[in-house]
Amino acid sequence: MSPTWKRFRDAFRRHPTALVGGAILIAMVAIAILAPWLGTVDPLAVFPSQRLHPPSAESWLGTDMLGRDVYSRVVYGARVSLIVGLAVAALSTLLGLAIGLVTGYVRRLDAVLMRIMDGLMSIPSVLLAIALMALTKASIGNVIVAITLAEVPRVVRLVRSLVFSLREQPYVEAAIAAGTTLPRILVRHILPNIVAPLLVQGTYVCGSAMITEAILSFIGAGTPPNIPSWGNIMAEGRSLIQIASYLIVFPGICLSLTVLAVNLLGDGMRDALDPRLARRM
Amino acid sequence: MIAYIVRRLFSTIVVMAVVAFVVFSLLYLTPGDPAAIIAGDIATDEDIRRIHARLGLDDPFLVQFGRWLWSLAHGNLGTSIFTNLPVTQLIGQRIEPTLSLTLCTLVVSILVAVPLGVVAAAKAGSWLDRAVMSFSVLGFSVPVFVFAYILILTFSVQLDWLPVQGYRSFRDGVWEWLRHLILPSIALGTVYVALITRMTRASMLDVLAQDYIRTAEAKGLAPEQVLIGHALKNAAIPVVTIIGVGVALLISGAIVTETVFALPGVGRLTVDAILRRDYPIIQGVILIFSAVYVLVNLAVDMSYVLFDPRIRLT
Repeated sequence: MSPTWKRFRDAFRRHPTALVGGAILIAMVAIAILAPWLGTVDPLAVFPSQRLHPPSAESWLGTDMLGRDVYSRVVYGARVSLIVGLAVAALSTLLGLAIGLVTGYVRRLDAVLMRIMDGLMSIPSVLLAIALMALTKASIGNVIVAITLAEVPRVVRLVRSLVFSLREQPYVEAAIAAGTTLPRILVRHILPNIVAPLLVQGTYVCGSAMITEAILSFIGAGTPPNIPSWGNIMAEGRSLIQIASYLIVFPGICLSLTVLAVNLLGDGMRDALDPRLARRM
Repeated sequence: MIAYIVRRLFSTIVVMAVVAFVVFSLLYLTPGDPAAIIAGDIATDEDIRRIHARLGLDDPFLVQFGRWLWSLAHGNLGTSIFTNLPVTQLIGQRIEPTLSLTLCTLVVSILVAVPLGVVAAAKAGSWLDRAVMSFSVLGFSVPVFVFAYILILTFSVQLDWLPVQGYRSFRDGVWEWLRHLILPSIALGTVYVALITRMTRASMLDVLAQDYIRTAEAKGLAPEQVLIGHALKNAAIPVVTIIGVGVALLISGAIVTETVFALPGVGRLTVDAILRRDYPIIQGVILIFSAVYVLVNLAVDMSYVLFDPRIRLT
């Protein structure tokens, strides 16, 4: 077993909470994939005669103001949160990695790109996403792009600072002295040392993207109403909080639980990869 | 010290210029005719032409940017498409609830989070420390509006102690004003408290491991004196930094909190503007919020002078 995997295994042993997080996340992914076979009905099917029924044996989590089954909507809603979270995490780490490697190695580009990143980071990410969503049509694809653009600068900062410290390492200097080409140095010597911290950052990006998607949908600038997501189910329940609180409570619990799972997993991974930091946090 | 301040001021100006450029060019970077997007699905060609003329979209990009910057320098953020009122006036009308909410949250959060972090670090590994850290993980994971609804359901609907939503100006009485801010501030402050507590604890743990702390203890200082006078003062810079960075969370959170609690603030204005696709308002709000964020962090950088004498000497 490679030392990295051993460290992961030990960290999970020391942090059972990370295991719990991983288990919850796997369960959520399973729920999202298996949604049609989990006793759900069409989440968009309207039954006007059964509006606002509280949770019961027929409709486990009740029905909303159009008579739609809340349980089915919440189960299908898992898909949106997970797709957005994972897609934003993957896209922003890849994009951030590419830009970060370039800025870390090309001085002239660094000055310009970092000023742009500083500017982007000075716009609170939810606001930047709101602005982008206000200018495009509501769709899951656009939500992913908007949140990714808001998250990328932070990843770039991380990668750039890692590259800066790595290029001072003796083995990198040795590789340069031996006449290794730049792309080869980046791929062979720099990249493997960035992967681990990037993976940890990726989990936190995933969690924060899920929250941002829910916020966007909640204020009406995210996932369109014809696709149930935890954020827009809660948005529709907003005015009914005093008579049908289950419209808010169940999607809220699912969202919090999923983000918590992702964060616990991230904490466990960070501890595995940086034992010095682990003792402090 | 002068050189440090001048350098920070200069980089702030550069950052603000980039922010202004980004906020302005978003309208043009997004695919499609911005006027058609703003006009919405049911717009006629006439509507789109009108918006074109209103926004001056027919001129070259740099001319438009220059004109926009010029009016910005004169304190003009443009005109709302929907209400035809100046954006500065609209934001001015809505600023009081937002300022009340964010300032209240800021002050209370710092007063709660810093002592919490100090105690957690002083008793590292104890049940108290673990409780504080669990709370902070939870604070990061429960979105502000979910927590807001839990508070409303508990304290307003079930117990009927506090109002469900709404805002009273402090001119109508301080107690009424405060009563309407308690739940929104707790909801908005939780993630901020989690962030500051975590950083205070981590920074304190670093400092407490230093030799001069052992010296201070060895010469017989009271534990509180060591903790506050020696440790906290040296642990302050990361804490103050995260307080500044976290203001972004407060700003984003305020938009959501105002929506949940029906506070007629700038956040509510933004959400209404999104639904009406009133882009000049969104543009103005982003610019002002970002400027506040940048200025707060400039103030934070300046405050380093108080904590770190090395900066004063350079």
